[in-house]
Order: sequence, then structure tokens, then C-alpha cells
Amino acid sequence: MCNTCGCNVTPGNQSLIQNEKPKEGLTTISVLQNLLTHNNNQADHNRAHFDAEKVLVINLMSSPGSGKTALLESTIKQLKESLSIAVIEGDLETENDAQRIQAQGVPAYQITTGTACHLDAHLIHNVLHHMPLKGLDLLFIENVGNLVCPASFDLGHHRNVVLLSVTEGDDKPSKYPVMFKAADLVLITKLDLLPYLDDFSIDNAKQNVHNLANKAPTLTISAKNNLGMDEWISWLKSEIHQHQALLLNHQTQKPKVQQDGALLHAKATPHKFYPVKTHQH
Amino acid sequence: MHELSLCENLLEQVIKIAQQHQAKTIESITLNLGPLAGVEPLLLDNAFKILKIDTVVANAQLIINTTPIIIECPHCGEQSSATNNYLVCPSCQSNDTRLISGDELILANVALYTAT
Ligand SMILES: Nc1nc2c(ncn2[C@@H]2O[C@H](COP(=O)(O)OP(=O)(O)O)[C@@H](O)[C@H]2O)c(=O)[nH]1
Ligand SMILES: [Mg+2]
Ligand SMILES: [Zn+2]
Ligand SMILES: [Zn+2]
Ligand SMILES: [Zn+2]
Ligand SMILES: [Zn+2]
Repeated sequence: MCNTCGCNVTPGNQSLIQNEKPKEGLTTISVLQNLLTHNNNQADHNRAHFDAEKVLVINLMSSPGSGKTALLESTIKQLKESLSIAVIEGDLETENDAQRIQAQGVPAYQITTGTACHLDAHLIHNVLHHMPLKGLDLLFIENVGNLVCPASFDLGHHRNVVLLSVTEGDDKPSKYPVMFKAADLVLITKLDLLPYLDDFSIDNAKQNVHNLANKAPTLTISAKNNLGMDEWISWLKSEIHQHQALLLNHQTQKPKVQQDGALLHAKATPHKFYPVKTHQH
Repeated sequence: MHELSLCENLLEQVIKIAQQHQAKTIESITLNLGPLAGVEPLLLDNAFKILKIDTVVANAQLIINTTPIIIECPHCGEQSSATNNYLVCPSCQSNDTRLISGDELILANVALYTAT
């Protein structure tokens, strides 16, 4: 190893060494900005809209076919008499999910994502001018069926619910750590099928989530046979109460999102809620 | 899977910085990317090669520094390195750990030549 021929240059120290020999006129500008800053600012703006109308917003994420729409259908059946609910449908348009929700008698707004693999805060803001938020208690966003990128995008919602169906395998949390680390609640779905599967262990699935240093609760449900629905409904109601209490103190809550490691690792403080000024969309 | 749109955001930020500093050309762009950021470095690099054509960054090099996964345990105070799907404290087995590095998706710096 020497300092003349370049044999000591590794990917790790490359930039340091380059800086050692400043070239004429070359300036290095330190930036330290998240690449998703633009999305995150839009998300905070969306959240201010939701908070101004006191709506709790829940983002549902999972693989395709884990049962997001089926869960919404049976949840709405149970809650529509007592709560005012709406759905933003971001899953594939061809699945007619929005029509399935509308058939339950609540408003559903389809986002056309084309080939997009995730929703972002701008897509959600575009929908906001087509939908009345006034009077709503609960808004669900059904994200694109994908366990990879939706987890990185704050939409302005308050809670992430990640679904894992028993047919997918209990190792999914270990294979998709970014997604399962972002869960505020993990729902193990299609519980009615568990007796037919010999390789899915609920304990293993929970352990794999805990291994990600995520202490989010796990509930097991079957939307088909109404198993475990009561616990899910109670979770929703307690989240609504908690959110209302925060709003009274001019605070709000964010879902678990990437914290950018050391750059943003200041102690978690309650998120302040700033009312949005009425504006033209 | 959304590396192309991320790269568009990156170029937007870099072009803004280039304008602020009246850059003639951009030498390099350095990112800090954690394994838990949910972004594939290779795909990001490919996206960059496509999108940089005919822009002010056409000749710039994209340097991606992979940050280590480091957790801090609030119980024993230990800092340790971890893997992307096992973030439990190796000293006391607690899973209250906080990620202090490993999910970065950050534009760290831009090296540019200013007009003289
Ligand atoms: N056995 C069983 N099947 C279910 C359950 N929930 C959903 N499914 C089925 O799984 C498939 C995908 O469900 P869907 O709600 O469209 O999933 P999404 O893509 O996540 O919205 C459909 O054929 C549903 O009938 C369940 O609790 N039990
Ligand atoms: Mg669906
Ligand atoms: Zn040498
Ligand atoms: Zn707005
Ligand atoms: Zn995506
Ligand atoms: Zn410890």
C-alpha cells in the first residue's frame, strides 16, 4: 500500500482522498438533505388538512392479494352506522376495489397510479380537492399492493397498518424489513386458512417483527369469517380517541417513517399541528 | 422500485444547488444511502446514467456511500452494528433499540466548478 499509485483507494475513502488534492476552482458544497424532502413537506401539508377536519387517516399496505379490500369491506360493514368513513383507493384500478367499497355505501376515490409502484403525498393531495373531508371520522388509504416502496412515502396519514396473510409465509417480515419496521400495527390475515397451512407460525411472524425493533401490536383476523374483527375495531376506535386527544392539545401524530439515522436522531418530540390556511388547490 | 423518480428528485435538488453557486460543471454528487432506506444502489446508479444526459450533471460522477446499520440500546447504552433484519441489542437482547444509522437517503454533497 502506498500513496502514489492508487492501490489504497477503496470505495469508503475515495471521496476523502479526492478532497486531499483540491483542483483549481472545485468547491464541495455540503447539502445533507433527504431525497424525499419534497414528498415529506407535501405530506405535512396533507396532514394539516386532515387534522383541520379532525380525520384519522390510516394507510393500509401489503403484498397484492393479502386482503386489504376485503378487510375494508367488512370493517365498513361494522362501523358505518357509528362512524363516517371514506376510502382513497390506490390499489390497481383494474381490480375494481373502489366499486367494492362504494357498494358498502361509503365514498371511495380511485387514484389512477398507472404503473406506479407506490402512492406519494402529491397523488393524495390531488385527490383532496375532489373529496369533502368535513364530517369524516376515519379515512383509509389502500396503498398499491407492494411490500417494497410504499413504506418510504409519508402520505400525510397518521398510522401504518401492514397486512400479512397466512398464505405468504411467516418470514415475510425478515425479507421486507423496511416495510415491517414501518408498521404501527401488523394484521395477520386469512386466519381461517391457518389450519390448512403447516408452515405458518403466528409466533414466528411476531418474533420476526420484534427482531426489527418494532414493538407494534399484532392482531390476527379473518375478514371472511369475522375472526378477530372485534380487536381490530377496538384498535381503530382507540386510535381515533387518541388522535382527538392530541388535536385538543394542538398536536398530531406521524406514522413510523424513515428517520434518516443519525442525521435526524434528535429525541422524538410530539409533532405540532399547524392549521392550514384555506387555499385554492 | 421507484429509483427513477427518486433520481429525478435528486437531479432537481442538484440543479438548484448548481444554479445557486453559478456552477459551470458538476464534478461529483455524493449520496449517503443506508441498507434500510429501501433503495437499490445499482438501480439508482442506472437511473442516474439515463437521466443525467443533456443536463448540467451530464459529466458528474455519482458516489454512493453505504452507511452502516448501527443501533443504540436505551437499556444498556450499548451501540452495536446490526443486520437489516435483526436489530435486537446483542448485549441485553432488548428490542427497544433505536436506529442511529442505516436508513439514510441523503444527498451529502455536491462538488462543482464555479465560473471564474
Ligand atoms: N379465506 C380467506 N380469503 C380472503 C380473506 N380476505 C381476503 N381473501 C381473499 O383473498 C383475495 C384477495 O383479497 P383482496 O381483499 O382483494 O386483497 P388486496 O389485493 O390486498 O386488496 C380475494 O380472493 C379474497 O376473497 C380471508 O380472510 N379469508
Ligand atoms: Mg385491493
Ligand atoms: Zn501501490
Ligand atoms: Zn392543500
Ligand atoms: Zn415505488
Ligand atoms: Zn442493550
